[in-house]
Amino acid sequence: MARLGRVVLVRLAGSLPVLLIVLVGVFVLLDSAGGDAVDAYLLSMGGGDAQMAAELRARYGLDGSVLNRLLFTLGQYARGDLGWSIALNRPIGPVIAERLPNTLWLMGSATALSFLLGSALGVLAGRRPGSVLDRVLSGGSLFLYSIPSFWLGLVLAVVFAVQLRWLPVSGIETIASGKAGLARAADIARHLVLPVAALGMIYLALFLRIMRSGMAEAWGQDFTLAARARGLPDWRITLNHAARNALLPLVTMLGLQSAAMLGGSVVIESVFAIPGFGRLAQEAVAGRDAPLLLAVILTSALMVVIANLLVDLAYGWLDPRVGSGAGHD
Amino acid sequence: MFATISRRGVLTGTAALLASTALPRLALAQGGGRLIVAADSEPRQLNPAIVASNGVFFISSKVIEPLAEASYDAGGLKPLLATGWEGSEDGLSITFALREGVSWHDGTPFTSADVAFSAMEVWKPLQNIGRSLFANLETVETPDPLTAIFRFSKPTPLQLIANALPVVSSVLPKHVYEGSDIAENPANRALIGTGPFKWGDYRPGEYYLLTRNDSYWGEGLPHLDDIVFRVLPDRAAAASSLEAGEVHLAAFSSVPLADLDRIAKVPGLSVVTRGYEALTYQLTVEINHRTGILSDLKVRQAIAHAIDKDFVLDTIFLGYAEKATGPVPANDPTFYTPDVTTYPFDIAAAKDLLDEAGYREGPGGTRFSLRLLPAPYFAETRQFGDYLRQALAAIGIDAQIVPHDAAGHIKAVYTDHAFDLAIAPTVFRADPAISTTILVRSGQPDGVPFSNQGGYANPDLDALIDEALVTLDPGKRVALYKDFQRMVTADLPLINVADWSFTSVVADSVTGVATNPRWVVSNWAETGLSE
Repeated sequence: MARLGRVVLVRLAGSLPVLLIVLVGVFVLLDSAGGDAVDAYLLSMGGGDAQMAAELRARYGLDGSVLNRLLFTLGQYARGDLGWSIALNRPIGPVIAERLPNTLWLMGSATALSFLLGSALGVLAGRRPGSVLDRVLSGGSLFLYSIPSFWLGLVLAVVFAVQLRWLPVSGIETIASGKAGLARAADIARHLVLPVAALGMIYLALFLRIMRSGMAEAWGQDFTLAARARGLPDWRITLNHAARNALLPLVTMLGLQSAAMLGGSVVIESVFAIPGFGRLAQEAVAGRDAPLLLAVILTSALMVVIANLLVDLAYGWLDPRVGSGAGHD
Repeated sequence: MFATISRRGVLTGTAALLASTALPRLALAQGGGRLIVAADSEPRQLNPAIVASNGVFFISSKVIEPLAEASYDAGGLKPLLATGWEGSEDGLSITFALREGVSWHDGTPFTSADVAFSAMEVWKPLQNIGRSLFANLETVETPDPLTAIFRFSKPTPLQLIANALPVVSSVLPKHVYEGSDIAENPANRALIGTGPFKWGDYRPGEYYLLTRNDSYWGEGLPHLDDIVFRVLPDRAAAASSLEAGEVHLAAFSSVPLADLDRIAKVPGLSVVTRGYEALTYQLTVEINHRTGILSDLKVRQAIAHAIDKDFVLDTIFLGYAEKATGPVPANDPTFYTPDVTTYPFDIAAAKDLLDEAGYREGPGGTRFSLRLLPAPYFAETRQFGDYLRQALAAIGIDAQIVPHDAAGHIKAVYTDHAFDLAIAPTVFRADPAISTTILVRSGQPDGVPFSNQGGYANPDLDALIDEALVTLDPGKRVALYKDFQRMVTADLPLINVADWSFTSVVADSVTGVATNPRWVVSNWAETGLSE
């Protein structure tokens, strides 16, 4: 266990330089995109005079140089303070705490859906590579993969929420419903069905195809032949031998996808009006709110690091040949 | 096997979902009712006395009231917190009689001290519009709790102040704000006002909840139990929420024009264009007069002749707009005049003007190139940018579109002046002196959005604007602003293309819709829900 803790620490420390580079890069990029938070604010106000703009810039520390502002922000982080959002006019910490769970629910469910359904269908398709079932599943998943997620989201909303009225169109829960406990959980689950489907369906294809090709490869290998020679039933060979071996690249993909999903959630969160992390990032860019955007990126980067750490740990569990002490990869 | 399990799972899941969907729908249809409104943005702060903008009023006008609201009746104003107003002969003072028996949401009585405090401590020093409108306001006297006398250092037309009242005169409670940092007071986020609705709750990214003020001064008002503003940033989501019956009202054209025809056919929904007359937007071509070529009137006239307004109305606005003749929209009942220089669509005339100006067609038919910056905040301004590029190509002007996002556009045009032509959604707010003359008056400091940043300077026009600002007689004032329209259309400091009105999509169950020319940003006391 102590060893596991060390792996986690080493990994986090190793990601620090990357985080720093990302932060500085974002800061410089955002600064070089014309306009600042006060311009965005004046637009939302419908105008204001020059003195007012100058006062606002001074109030929010926007009159200093890029370097000063960057150092100030990094200094805040060193003290464990995420700073103050200009666009939202609130401290950033609570904002992140408010939005993160929604996105984690959305991403977690979508990842689980695409991983579980994708690998299950991949097993089905990979059982008899080249069969009709394989062709239908592979073709269908490719079709899904080629659909833009916002479009899929809109279509799902039109069909299931507008026409059939089975599910709510948007939001994370019923507004001011006063629900609590299980009733509230059910309400949130109902709201998550469409966005999770829209986000998960698209990544499903990736998992399906990797699983399928891994299985197709396994059939030609000696260990499946040996298993067959031992007289094992077909389903056991499929699940315990072929599928388990095909699982490793799938788990790698899972780690990589966690970053891609964060990107996908930006779109899905606006389509379904879910107050999540992706939308927060979008609001931060539109409002030229550098402190907020940096905090969002810092948190996302941390999430991706953690996801990949979990993937590495899962490796050791799935394949005993990979030691959990492999903290240097 | 796999397939049967999943189908059964889906079916049982569906039954449970259907059962739980039924409940909230029934709740919606009952009683005084909850009006659910789509909101496409969350203003950074909601205090309408500081930020007098439509995005803020949309939500806050139900909680915090102005002295008077716009009206379709003669005179154009309906008294709210003020019951009457009178200007002195010399134009140096305006006396407001205030409404009796009004109290703040926390129970404190509303008095003239609140008005004086709001005017002197908020409107004049802090408000985006009040800072210039009340620049000459010296003191506000309060001889008794129901009288407030505004004293100005220069003659100030009552007509202007009265026209501006709905926008600039949101009254704040003195006892809450006094002695605090007004711009950062917590009450800017949990508003306290005198309006028909009280602040309920705000869940960022989700909704604003306003609840009925049971002790509202209006007899038997408001009709609604509460109002929910649902944050729906995606325009397609707003449309589908309306269709699914989850939202009763989407305002400010938040349903895309292209979807309106389809939405209008949905049973139970209507498209309403009234209720925006006092906040008419215009599609305007801003011109950078520092660009040598554009300082030539003939070139500006040629550009005006190259624009086919009929095409713009039909194709971009799908009919939801009128042709603009000048800087005052035709639906303004007081100041508008059609008697101005007009520029009919005429490519041959445009080409002749450019030839006369000495810009002959070069190789490939191009005379010169310009940078064109369409404002990105409306679909219509972006689309008009694409159109204008083609229209100018037809007369030999190569317009290069420079894309920016909202903040970048504001900086490029209004601070850096890095444009030749820009396309702006300018706003006419019931009186040309509020937000219209600033578009052409010289002497604006850099960095002021929605002002003359094109470097246009016309001493005659400046003199006229300044004279109108201190002209007390309403008739003379109107005449001066008619001259103003003639002068602007003759010299083209900018080109007004279309008067464009917003649309609302409203469920038929909503009553009391579009009852005044600022309805969407008014207090909704008379709005209700029928069964």
